[in-house]
Amino acid sequence: MATNVTAPVPVAATPSSGILLEAQKLTRRFGGLVAVNAVELQLKTGSILSVIGPNGAGKTTFFNMITGLIKPSSGKLIFDGEDMTGRPPHYVTKHGISRTFQNIRLFQNMTALENVMVGMHSRMSATVVGALFRPPTTRREERSVSDASMDILRTVGLDASWDEDAKNLPYGDQRRLEIARALASNPKLLLLDEPTAGMNPQETLVMKRFIKRLQAEQGLTILLIEHDMKVVMDISDHIVVLDYGTKIAEGAPAEVRANPRVIEAYLGKGVTSGNPVEPEAGGA
Amino acid sequence: MSQKGPYRAQSGGAAGTAVAAPSIARRKSSSAQRREQIRKHPIRSGLLLLLAAMVLLYPFIDEAFQFRKITTVIPLLVYMILALGLNIVVGYAGLLDLGYAAFFAIGAYVAGFMTSPLSFLNANGMQWYSNFWVALIAAFLVSIMAGMILGAPTLRLRGDYLAIVTLGFGEIVPVLFRNADAITYGEKGLSAIQKPAVHLGPINFEIGAGPVFGLGDWSSQMPWYYFMLVLGILCILGSQRLYDSRVGRAWMAMREDEIAASAMGINLVTTKLSAFAMGASLSGVAGATFGAYIGSIFPSQFEFGLSVILLCAVILGGLGNIWGVILGGFIIQSFDRILAPELTNFLKGVGTKNHIEFLATIELSNWRYFIFGAALVIMMLARPQGLLPNRRRAAELKAGLEADPTDIHDPFEPTPEEQQERQQLYDVRELDKSPEEDR
Repeated sequence: MATNVTAPVPVAATPSSGILLEAQKLTRRFGGLVAVNAVELQLKTGSILSVIGPNGAGKTTFFNMITGLIKPSSGKLIFDGEDMTGRPPHYVTKHGISRTFQNIRLFQNMTALENVMVGMHSRMSATVVGALFRPPTTRREERSVSDASMDILRTVGLDASWDEDAKNLPYGDQRRLEIARALASNPKLLLLDEPTAGMNPQETLVMKRFIKRLQAEQGLTILLIEHDMKVVMDISDHIVVLDYGTKIAEGAPAEVRANPRVIEAYLGKGVTSGNPVEPEAGGA
Repeated sequence: MSQKGPYRAQSGGAAGTAVAAPSIARRKSSSAQRREQIRKHPIRSGLLLLLAAMVLLYPFIDEAFQFRKITTVIPLLVYMILALGLNIVVGYAGLLDLGYAAFFAIGAYVAGFMTSPLSFLNANGMQWYSNFWVALIAAFLVSIMAGMILGAPTLRLRGDYLAIVTLGFGEIVPVLFRNADAITYGEKGLSAIQKPAVHLGPINFEIGAGPVFGLGDWSSQMPWYYFMLVLGILCILGSQRLYDSRVGRAWMAMREDEIAASAMGINLVTTKLSAFAMGASLSGVAGATFGAYIGSIFPSQFEFGLSVILLCAVILGGLGNIWGVILGGFIIQSFDRILAPELTNFLKGVGTKNHIEFLATIELSNWRYFIFGAALVIMMLARPQGLLPNRRRAAELKAGLEADPTDIHDPFEPTPEEQQERQQLYDVRELDKSPEEDR
């Protein structure tokens, strides 16, 4: 798998180009609604890219397409030199993309440790036969996976709660556990959907630092949806702004902050132009 | 792939030894755990030991106390195996299966076809006619296949819709056996199914054919009892191992949240199929054994009522818990086969003595659905998790592993600078969420 020579790749997102993920004219329609409209995106290996935009801009749909939960209507997704367009979620995860969810989706009735061990599913190989007869290979695998899962719990500071059911953890811990579970699949690209939603300023600060650390210490490439502008501006290397499914701006944090179209999308027309505020167009 | 090496996430490494690797403690050999349990709960352990001894020696107890119940206890064991199998599908994987009896029927008929001299496989010059052991393996394989055949069209279905499809499957199979007159003899049933024969060097006997080891007449059922018991223990071990494995975790993750499970790399198609297949295989094996035990099978033995009763057993005992499910199967079946007749006799006696017409003519077995229904309603209101719910974690197991909280390194603890930065912020909770698209 390391040398992926067979499939001819027509585009830039190859290991050598430094681009880990590339979206080409990625589009998704729900009936008449175009949730994501021909969005182009290039994500550099090892960087943090934030996708921002007002509510309903299509950010989560964009995420769902990358992780295979929703098939794109048209367009292409290239990840690490491989065409990922329309691949099922488990395939995408196995090949190095992992995610958290906007509304926490832990396995509520499983322990913290079991949640992380499920995250390692794609790195394990035991089958029903292995589970029933437990040959030494399966035993070894189980042991190394539960040890590695404990290590991951330790990196997010949840090792003391390993035996606690996910549903009994406090909110902040659930967010951490979700990240731990996502890390367990050993991803190259981590997608975080609003990791600081519902957090107080202190928790937000700490989460911000943790994301930075993931990038710095583990060399992870991170794609982020975030509403907290302070977080976005502080940790992003690159920002993409979506509005009504269309990319309206991108660039470094400072550029995006100053971009009149972005301000318009967030605050309405009147603010920048001084014209009377027009009635909302389209309504999407 | 750039980042090689397993489990990169642990590379931090420094994070210390705060918690003395609970995963290892948890895997601490189960015998050590057992000793610990015995030390802490001598009475409970003693009772469990007594129970185990009674189960192990039941045929002798039955004879010594003249219970004469061994022929009702043997089917009871079969039903416990069925409940264990259904627990894999419903309890572990969360797939509501209302047609589980179909696999029981398939197993029984496969064994019947392969071992009854009346079978079509024994006529027309066919040479597939075989003994019980081959039939058992065939029933196992065929029911796995049947499980997959049922599983395939239901892959996209969840909850109510899945239940309806499995219900349909459960209806189709007995009807099929009823109408395939030429090979199943329809309603008349397939009879003369052979008993398993054992040939182990000097030991030669047919299970259930007559007294063994020079014991009295009563011992003729004893081999059946132990055969079913061994089968049941194997099923328990299998269930436990599956629960604590990659496959079992995938089933449970799927039960909890299909979308999150697939995003964690779980292939929903193979995971669902394997759950159906594993559940069906237990049912098929139980069916083949049951067929050989009673000697003749009829389509009416495998109808919807059986699926529902089994589901009741699983829910009553505690979805997902092996011992709960066994208890549920035991309670429901022993009510049917032991308690109801005994209680009926008792009430009839009371009725005739005191001239109460209603009691003198009562047949509690006619009331079974009423009683089960009422029991389920009460259970759902009073104890919806079942008698022995899943994950009844012993507190002491946890206590031993609890680490010193001051010792734990918390990467989420804010640094002094961050604490200071906090002072400069408005204390507003950011609760902004976009309600869109999230499926």
